[in-house]
Amino acid sequence: MPLYYDDDQAMLAETASQFMGEEGSIKNQLRHWRDRDCKDGFGHALWKQFAEMGFTGMLVDEDDGGLGMGQVEAGIVLEEIGRNLTPSPFLSSSVLAATALKHGSNDVKGRWLSDLISGDKVYAMAIDEGPKHRPERIATRAEKSGNGFRLSGKKDFVVYGASSEMIVVAARTSGSNDDKDGITLFAVPQDASGMSHDSVRLVDSSMASHVSFDNVELDGDAVIGEVDGGRTILDAVLMAGRVGSAAEGVGVARGAMDMTVDYLKQRKQFGRLIGEFQALQHRAAHLYSEVEIARAVTVKAAQLVDGGSEKAELMTSVAKAKVAKAAGLAVREGVQMHGGIGMTDEYDIGLYMKRDRALQEFLGDQYYHAGRVAELSGY
Amino acid sequence: MSDSDLEAFRAETRQWLEANCPPEMREPVRDEEDVYWGGRNASFKNDAQKAWFEACREKGYTVPEWPKEYGGAGLTPAQGKVLRQEMAAINARSPLSSFGIWMLGPALLHFGTEGQKQRFLNEITNGEIRWCQGYSEPGSGSDLVSMQTFGEDKGDHWVVNGQKIWTSYADEADWIFCLVRTDKDNKYQGITFMLFDMASDGVSTKPIKLISGNSPFCETFMDDVTVPKSYGEDIPGYVGEINRGWDVAKYLLGHEREMISATGGGDRATSLGAVTSRQGALDPVLRAEIAMFDVDALAYTAMSEKFMDELKSGKGHPAQPNMMKYAGTELNKRRNELVMAAGGSDALEWESEASNGGKAARGWLRTKANSIEGGTSEVMLNVISKRILDLPGA
Repeated sequence: MPLYYDDDQAMLAETASQFMGEEGSIKNQLRHWRDRDCKDGFGHALWKQFAEMGFTGMLVDEDDGGLGMGQVEAGIVLEEIGRNLTPSPFLSSSVLAATALKHGSNDVKGRWLSDLISGDKVYAMAIDEGPKHRPERIATRAEKSGNGFRLSGKKDFVVYGASSEMIVVAARTSGSNDDKDGITLFAVPQDASGMSHDSVRLVDSSMASHVSFDNVELDGDAVIGEVDGGRTILDAVLMAGRVGSAAEGVGVARGAMDMTVDYLKQRKQFGRLIGEFQALQHRAAHLYSEVEIARAVTVKAAQLVDGGSEKAELMTSVAKAKVAKAAGLAVREGVQMHGGIGMTDEYDIGLYMKRDRALQEFLGDQYYHAGRVAELSGY
Repeated sequence: MSDSDLEAFRAETRQWLEANCPPEMREPVRDEEDVYWGGRNASFKNDAQKAWFEACREKGYTVPEWPKEYGGAGLTPAQGKVLRQEMAAINARSPLSSFGIWMLGPALLHFGTEGQKQRFLNEITNGEIRWCQGYSEPGSGSDLVSMQTFGEDKGDHWVVNGQKIWTSYADEADWIFCLVRTDKDNKYQGITFMLFDMASDGVSTKPIKLISGNSPFCETFMDDVTVPKSYGEDIPGYVGEINRGWDVAKYLLGHEREMISATGGGDRATSLGAVTSRQGALDPVLRAEIAMFDVDALAYTAMSEKFMDELKSGKGHPAQPNMMKYAGTELNKRRNELVMAAGGSDALEWESEASNGGKAARGWLRTKANSIEGGTSEVMLNVISKRILDLPGA
């Protein structure tokens, strides 16, 4: 498979680019909702449009009413989301939760999927416990209770958790906190008694919850997949989410870089366009090189995930780490090269820096993933 | 070609490699003699090297994607990629290394006459003639177009005088493709891309000893060398048009950058950490640096794959080789710095058998040239600024 888009993918990219550039633009979405102090952090009307475009259910199998597409296609949409900083539950709902639900029974799918595809409901994913991503360790516990389970613990960084009708929770049903096995995924409905949200606004204006579970009673049919067999599903969810957030990061990097290169061609100092200065040209050219490489490895990782390759996990971590490095460089250089106006809220470049910061942490930063690369390579 | 045809080709290729690539040719290249360059004075290091080269020559696999009439196998880009993947899977060595394949060949395929292609390309693919490249001069490094070597027009031939530098393996090469000024008044449109025999009267070479202690490069002197304008019917002694050699040179520089980024660059699928950690435990901070390097190096392998895919389908940006060259060579330098750090005092040994004749240290020093030869990193960044980012006045 060549490492560029085929005709269908190129068409999807064009459609997504146009849609996100207009409906999902910074002015129409991110600034609009932020400046109104929106408690959801995204617009539901836009989310319905996502559904009309077929984006919401793109990863859902065709037999279940979705489009049956893969990570390459989801990455195309996410790259445009990143370029336009479009706030939406696409990553948490249509990538993470959708990937988890793919492994559910027909009953589980029947209960949740149609509302996800129609855009009527959004779902969230609860993995992290603590400020750093450490999915190897899961302490949130679900004890057997009658025909169901009783869930207790605390989850952090649950993106758009308070606006979600359902949260997929990774909990421990057996073993000790650091065991690989003994994990089960649960679909916890919004109205579950004993679940409480502390919803907070993050640096990038998105919303995330600290979610507490205090003896939350769950039916047996809340289980996604097999009891104690959740680790493989969680791994699949993490891989999809990581390669997806890498794709969004590529979009953030490209958005920041394009804006900055444009600025170098407009701003004059000392009677010359600042883009004429070699000190800036070389930094811009280096940035271009880093962003191109990050983009290539992200598409490669997505292809490997879609193909079920044994290298998918390694290259997904490579992509997540590389994108973090490249996008971090893009936003830092972006603010610096914009000079004073780069520090103002009025200019969009700072918004890229904020979104990048949040994406860096989501599902593991560059340090976490470089460590994964070392482990998977045997050192 | 359908996917099933391609898979059939893959199965066939795997079988052919299994039958024809000797086990010795699947070992990593250890020294200069493990690389077969061909040419009049070439000798094989062993039977395996000979058998592998001859099998590839018969099959057209010294240049798999060149047309069959010039010694290639006429593979499509997709087939070529499959062959590369299958060769990489068994660590098969390249059967023939050659500046003829990497550089003159692409120039002749693009600018050459049919007569030139028939003669020179077949000589290259058969491993008969080893070529070297005469570009840089002592006063013309990054500013290549300022070169002074002059060919005086004598009707049916030129008389060439001047000096080239950094001529790779000039002392072992049979022929040279050489930039010669043929019009002193016209900087860009006054250079001719000449072809001549290194055994011609007046040609002499002198190896340059590098900081690595090795001498892969020479100075090449031309003292009243006669270069014919024709070597027979439809075989001009120059490529392209007289005085338009700069067009050929620019085209070739693109290929040189691709070659350096593909072979000398950080384009390695193996993890550096996996290799270095076998020598002993890594300090935690060094392990972390190596992990960060592996992220960049593995990401670059994906970029190389994308770059080749785009190149073969004509989708890539024409200046993209400059980006590849820049990123690949900078990575390779970083890789070698880390190899030295991981190796400790063992890596300092310069001549011992244990160090394979100072392979680590000499290799480390050699890589410093990667970001100088074929256009410095700074020139690459200039080209990216101007041609890709379209920055003003660059």
